[in-house]
Amino acid sequence: MRDSINFLLAGVGGQGTILASDVLVNVGLEAGYQAKQAEVHGMSQRGGSVTSFVRWGKTVHSPLVGAGEVDVLLAFEKLEALRVLNQLRAGAVALINNQVIEPLTVITGGAEYPSDEKIKAACAAVTPRAVFVDGEAIAKSLGNPRVANVVLLGALSALLERDQAAGPELTAEVWLKVITERVPKKHVELNRQAFQAGREAVGRK
Amino acid sequence: MKKMLSGNEAIARGMWEAGVVVASAYPGTPSTEILENYALFPNVYAEWAPNEKVAVDVAVGAAYAGQRALAAMKHVGLNVAADSFMYAAMTGLEAGLVIVSADDPAMHSSQNEQDNRAFAKLGRVPCLEPSDSQEAKDMVIAAFELSERFDTPVLLRVTTRICHSMSAVELGERREPSTERKPFPRNPAKYVMVPGNAVKRHPLIEQRMKDVAAMAETYALNRLEPGSRALGILTSGISYQYVKEVFPEASVLKLGLSWPLPEKMIRDIAASVERLIVVEELDPFIEEAVRLMGIPCEGKSIFPITGELDPRVVRESAIQAGLLPKSKRVPQPEVETGSLPSRPPVLCPGCPHRPTFYVLSKLKMPVNGDIGCYTLGLLPPLNAIHTCGCMGASIGVAHGAALAGSPERHVAVIGDSTFFHSGIPPLINAVYNKSPIVTIILDNRITGMTGHQQNPGTGHTLLGKESTIVELEPLVRACGVKHVTTLLGAEVDSIEKTLKEYLKLDEPSVLIVVEPCVLLPEERKKWVPLEVLADKCNGCTICFRIGCPAILKSDELDEKYQRPKALIDPALCTGCEVCAQVCPRDAIPFRVASDATSDV
Repeated sequence: MRDSINFLLAGVGGQGTILASDVLVNVGLEAGYQAKQAEVHGMSQRGGSVTSFVRWGKTVHSPLVGAGEVDVLLAFEKLEALRVLNQLRAGAVALINNQVIEPLTVITGGAEYPSDEKIKAACAAVTPRAVFVDGEAIAKSLGNPRVANVVLLGALSALLERDQAAGPELTAEVWLKVITERVPKKHVELNRQAFQAGREAVGRK
Repeated sequence: MKKMLSGNEAIARGMWEAGVVVASAYPGTPSTEILENYALFPNVYAEWAPNEKVAVDVAVGAAYAGQRALAAMKHVGLNVAADSFMYAAMTGLEAGLVIVSADDPAMHSSQNEQDNRAFAKLGRVPCLEPSDSQEAKDMVIAAFELSERFDTPVLLRVTTRICHSMSAVELGERREPSTERKPFPRNPAKYVMVPGNAVKRHPLIEQRMKDVAAMAETYALNRLEPGSRALGILTSGISYQYVKEVFPEASVLKLGLSWPLPEKMIRDIAASVERLIVVEELDPFIEEAVRLMGIPCEGKSIFPITGELDPRVVRESAIQAGLLPKSKRVPQPEVETGSLPSRPPVLCPGCPHRPTFYVLSKLKMPVNGDIGCYTLGLLPPLNAIHTCGCMGASIGVAHGAALAGSPERHVAVIGDSTFFHSGIPPLINAVYNKSPIVTIILDNRITGMTGHQQNPGTGHTLLGKESTIVELEPLVRACGVKHVTTLLGAEVDSIEKTLKEYLKLDEPSVLIVVEPCVLLPEERKKWVPLEVLADKCNGCTICFRIGCPAILKSDELDEKYQRPKALIDPALCTGCEVCAQVCPRDAIPFRVASDATSDV
């Protein structure tokens, strides 16, 4: 079990970033950490960029994480990943949903969405541990694009397990318990499948 | 039992444990969830008031009547409620009265970042500042105890990082409110603030603050955490967390009660350390008071006066000031991303405000705006909001501009909830003083921007009970407006036609556009995405000008003009048909038309 893990979640309003960080902070608590979470909503509910910090640690004071101190990035959209890369510490884990949501500034012309090469190169400059997951495509194949956030959480759970980062107490069952408590009953099975598919997407059952 | 709670959820829990009997608020980020969560407890009373001043008056009335009461608002709401806050500070009360001010350093969702601790000093009122969710809950209870012990309202000052951060909270027992019904006090010397009585109250409240300050010296919420003699730190609120992170060795005096200050405690820590600094967000509130005590300290010469603090800002500032060695610097990766396209919040796909702003944009009118989702009409490509300062400002500003001889006709745009909040007096003023302005009330049947709160026009209360709908048109007519049109359904043509008629008048007129927010649960059920008929579209770009996130540029180019055709994202489109209304080539079929086609 590490002294602390700092997560940064980044996405676009409506992608379920806040639900995902709610899950993450409670998983930390279940795993025996002190845990805190900080988000900003308000204007971000209207399709803007959304970011949220989650911290697990033996002792956690600040809910905010300073730039350069993020250990794990969970990005639900590629441009939003790029936007926050400079907050990561070198060698951080970056788990990125392979999804493009064009902002209005791109749609109406004037601005250009960065190319995949540019995004990959920028990630590589910060960390060799960037992982791209087709969260949206996987969620769609399960019948509901809205569970992409849970696919990503599944992938994250597997990566943390692989790194032994969060200690042996943190099993998939802990994650599923926390997720199940937070989604409508009729969607529990769908979310289980999404979580499992996310784990398999990064090569872990 | 420990539970993860946001600061706002923790305040709600604290209210329940403290046995609050009456709670009133007007929604405003970052305070909204306080009453939303409190209303979920069994057998409590909580209400949305039309504005923050009303909310404070309601809480004052309940506290005069002998029951614990609370009013919650965002920082700028306390400006609206300042008059009430100030008289309540003069009169005191019969049972606890707590005012929650949720400040927004960094202006995540606000027009300014004023530091409302200043109101505590202005009003001679104690101010508590929690540093996490546990303290947020505990300090609500402490605030009621202080209020009753010292016969004063208490300001609970929180910030966005407290309100919207989650941390674990130990839940406590509820103190049941008294069931005794005391007669309302007939005590004019205390409760009727005519000058003769007020003059006698003022020395009492000055003495009250001296008494609170004396108590503060041994108050459990002011805590000395002894450490190194090299550095002593005074701090409060969220800044305390950054101090613990960045200066683990320092001696810290954590001021849970940040007004009035415990002078002796401060003198003691000052005498015991070589260097004394104050770490506080926004204003040098504690710093100035400490300097007035004649105690040397540093604060805003080291840390920024603007924006939020965070561990990095505090650390970098400290390194700059020589408080920490350069080796403490946390390296930040250098990433070459160039300038990235911004992602500002936008009017949602299907937003009922879009057609109005499209018309205003087309007519190139000067538009005086107000606070709500519709402020987003300022964004390109609509560019149709030209002023926005605070709740209820639109109508008065438009009238003033007209009086000053502004050569164009002014339009004031205001939402339904904002109109109830503070739009009525300026409308009466426009009528009374014969202003030729056009006011558009955008009635989306809900308080939108803060996340769908009920208001006097919706027919439902915060507790989910049905209630009288306060109708806008009769209200506007009662204000003396002769030219009023209510359009049921937001459509480009009818808005444009009515607006053009009203622009010919030299009297005030009001256009009410009624169309429910497309995100309301009942409205979501009606979503049907539209399609672009690619063979009809010639890429003229008119539908791009409505600024809808669901309308994309297709990869397919028009053969003749080599322009990208329009494409509708079916995952985003709600079928509001505004694009269909503006398309000059009928390339986007209306729902009825396309349904009919599919039947054939």
